[in-house]
Amino acid sequence: MLGTLLVFTVIGLLGYAQLDAHTNDPSQHSRLDAFVSGGAPVGDKRLPPSWCTWCEDIAELDADKKPTLFQYPMGTDTQSRDLFATNLRGIPLTLGTGLIAGLLSVGLGTVTAFIAAYYRGLPDVLIRLLTDVGISIPGLLVLIIIRIQLGTELVWWQLGAGLAAVGWVFSSRTVRAQVLVLREQPYVEIARQSGMSGLAIIFREMMPNLIPYITASFVGSVAGAILASIGLEALGLGDFSSPSLGMTVYWVIQFGAITLGMWWWWLFPLIFIVIIFVSLFLISAGLDEWSNPRLRRQV
Amino acid sequence: MVVADQETITDSGSSDDEFALRVEDLQVYYGTPRGTVKAVDGVSFNLRQGERFALVGESGSGKSTLAMAIMRLTREPGHIAGGHIYLNGRDVVEMREREIRDIRLREMALVPQGAMNSLNPVMRVGDQIIDGILDHVPSGESAPNKARLNERVHELLERVGLDPAVSRLHPHELSGGMKQRVAMAIAISLDPNIIVADEPTSALDVVVQRQIMQTLGRLQEGLEAAVLLVGHDMGLVAQFADTIGVMYAGKLVEVGSVPDVFKDPRHPYTKLLIESLPSFDISRKFIGIPGMQPALLNLPPGCSFNPRCPSVHDRCYREVPEYLSIAGNRGVACHLYEEEAIP
Amino acid sequence: MANTTTRRVNPALTAKPNPVVAFVGAFFGNFIVRRFLLFLLTVWVAATVIFVLPRLTGQDPVKEKLLLEAQRGGSVQAGMNEMAQEYSARLGLDLPLHQQYVNYLYDLSRLDFGYSIAYFPRTVNDIIVDSIIWSFGLMTVTLALAFLIGTGAGALLGWSRSPGWLSYAFMPFLTLSAIPQYMLGLVMMFVFAIMLNLLPFFGAYSPGNLPEWSLSFILDMLRHAILPALSILLSAVGFWAIGMRGMMVNTQGEDFMVQADAKGLNGVRIFVRYAVRNALLPQVTGLAISFGTLLTGAVLVEVLFQYPGLGNTLFYAIRVSDFFQITGIVMTIIISLAFATMLIDMIYPLIDPRVKYTQN
Repeated sequence: MLGTLLVFTVIGLLGYAQLDAHTNDPSQHSRLDAFVSGGAPVGDKRLPPSWCTWCEDIAELDADKKPTLFQYPMGTDTQSRDLFATNLRGIPLTLGTGLIAGLLSVGLGTVTAFIAAYYRGLPDVLIRLLTDVGISIPGLLVLIIIRIQLGTELVWWQLGAGLAAVGWVFSSRTVRAQVLVLREQPYVEIARQSGMSGLAIIFREMMPNLIPYITASFVGSVAGAILASIGLEALGLGDFSSPSLGMTVYWVIQFGAITLGMWWWWLFPLIFIVIIFVSLFLISAGLDEWSNPRLRRQV
Repeated sequence: MVVADQETITDSGSSDDEFALRVEDLQVYYGTPRGTVKAVDGVSFNLRQGERFALVGESGSGKSTLAMAIMRLTREPGHIAGGHIYLNGRDVVEMREREIRDIRLREMALVPQGAMNSLNPVMRVGDQIIDGILDHVPSGESAPNKARLNERVHELLERVGLDPAVSRLHPHELSGGMKQRVAMAIAISLDPNIIVADEPTSALDVVVQRQIMQTLGRLQEGLEAAVLLVGHDMGLVAQFADTIGVMYAGKLVEVGSVPDVFKDPRHPYTKLLIESLPSFDISRKFIGIPGMQPALLNLPPGCSFNPRCPSVHDRCYREVPEYLSIAGNRGVACHLYEEEAIP
Repeated sequence: MANTTTRRVNPALTAKPNPVVAFVGAFFGNFIVRRFLLFLLTVWVAATVIFVLPRLTGQDPVKEKLLLEAQRGGSVQAGMNEMAQEYSARLGLDLPLHQQYVNYLYDLSRLDFGYSIAYFPRTVNDIIVDSIIWSFGLMTVTLALAFLIGTGAGALLGWSRSPGWLSYAFMPFLTLSAIPQYMLGLVMMFVFAIMLNLLPFFGAYSPGNLPEWSLSFILDMLRHAILPALSILLSAVGFWAIGMRGMMVNTQGEDFMVQADAKGLNGVRIFVRYAVRNALLPQVTGLAISFGTLLTGAVLVEVLFQYPGLGNTLFYAIRVSDFFQITGIVMTIIISLAFATMLIDMIYPLIDPRVKYTQN
């Protein structure tokens, strides 16, 4: 589990390192430029990965300039973008969307859960009703409508914020259930009777016991948001100028990369997506064992 | 109650004994990451047909572990590390899973702790009594029909003092005392000759506790079954049992008839236990037992009770006292009584 | 004044409570009624969010787009002027906002989503009816199968007496559950349809083959359904298996499991009637919660395989900005989902005796 976490972090860091260095000048492309240009056309269409000597050549080379060994390690697509650069720039965008959504969802979810569970009465009724209703509305679909009616493309952080706006109900529900349990614990009762303030009880007495649940909820939200963001982008509702993983999936479907035999177009983003999801899955499985020691005996 | 002398018993398996239950040098160990915990460490005792035997001790003394081991319900990471449990002459420790399943309920039944949710929340009470009966129909025989089963359920519920209509209810509709009565109805459904009652009154209020114990006593008389009662309330136990066994840190330290032990406790621990009982004599000062039971993971060398014992002497720090049979069908594990021991 | 009197008197003290009050109390106290109200509330909230949020921006991109198309002479379809008029009339764009909202809700309550922009003379409902059959067939079968297989597998995986190799044998499925359904679909499409050329990779039946009740058509249809169905199934099986495994482990720690052993019950009976029966309860609650996520995933699988269901129709509607159709499909999915969730919740008291229809 730790290993995957590491891989996950490394990909993230590697990608984020490129985030700021964004130039769109295709005229000259050294290795480094291709690295930073991320998604800008390089001039050569449909090239298989250049190390793949056995690959069938379906490329439309502009001139008879043969790519050097590591020029296009992940090939190029039909729009002549260097897919290595695209993927490298795409991973942090996708992760960023997930992180933004995760942070906002959990933040909003935790705060509402505390308001509901701590102040009881009307706020509790309203928040519970809102989460009950929100959970049975598929957020992705609501986002589709909103996105269509807005008419503007959402950049990665806006997408994340949108996903959080429909996804916080899940966090709220999880955390609220746990706060309700903790609220009845004798030590919280004692803290309350000894005149501790509400905020002090929340942060000093309850928070430490909630951390595993909040963390688990965060991981779940990140996974859910990434899943939804890729879904939204694959449906064609993403930012068309963005090289995020979901947009790559969209182009793959749009241009029929599978039937064209351009396996490198979809295989690499697929691998990255799988790595992201399996890492998140393993992290949440580990968290499960942390908060539920009974599971430890199994598998 | 006859105290088993481990050395003299050689041929144990075959005798058609007068004993319903014979436990010999039983060891139940728990493997933990920090070492082996000897929850039950070399306990021996016998139980005659129709006898009421009570095991008392502080929590953590191993009494419940012992009771569960006799039912062979020890769960991971615990295991029976050694010894024998002869139930009606047959060794439970050696039995295969299939045999032990058949014997449970038919020959020995468990009345669970009062604090436990021992009933399946999604099944009606009647069905929970019936399924035990159905699973013990001998192979080759056909299962009794529905009317017969219902009749039996009603009869059982009446015997434990419940309205037969209770059979249609779900466990959450019952009070704690009623649930415990249902558990007793299940326990006696196949007329077992041993009932293991593991703190049957815990978490029940005092009035209900008494009623439950009275019902258990009545059932025991009706079945002429032996009862192994595990408890920590000396007062409650004394009213019920014929014989009492005191456990401390996984060992049986004293055994004797209830009047004998209460009148003349031998083991220093038993003495303290009885002195610490609250009484109506207000002038008497309430005395507890000094110190705490040691952690089973690092018991002191010698006698486990040595840190708290008022009569402690040199030997107690070196030698583990052996279990000695003494006059009056009694037994005690303490260096003080070596001269009295019956060989 | 009779009303005031009844209100003042404490109903608990009167010998005969007002039958109307008693009826109203029982009516709203009833679980089914309250659950149905929650269903209506859910649909209403969804509809309102969809109505209100875009209007906060103050512009109307749909109308702008329609008018733009109309000026261009309709590059999408002919009849854009009529469409623009229809759109204005329908939403009453000249009317005040609250009037628009009432009209919108009125249309929604009749499940009237208007005309499709892309296929003008056809109504959205027409198109939905055509495609919903495919989605319904694909999804009910796969989601039900996934729930059954996954729950069954999870029950065995979490059972302490199961053989040890089982958990290793099931490892791949647990990992698959972490992968989005459409990603799985992508791989399967490549392996089975392109590399091995075993199965068709798009559509619900072969082109040129018209829907009819013949064996060859049904076989053709099933062959087309295999890949999309497997993509949804493989991913969802692990999801349910993980949940059920956790619940089984928890259930085995319960006191009544010890007592079931102490009763000397048959192993199969303990497994089925005691362990699985109790572990299933949270699993069913989970079904109601996860339905939406699973369903939206399945929508994307349809897009990938160009399966002519709601998901694919939605995809095309998005591509041509067919606003009415998008709203229609999304609301249809939301309503069916809310309905399915309500059904599950209403069935729940039947399997958990602790939950009563009449409790408050």
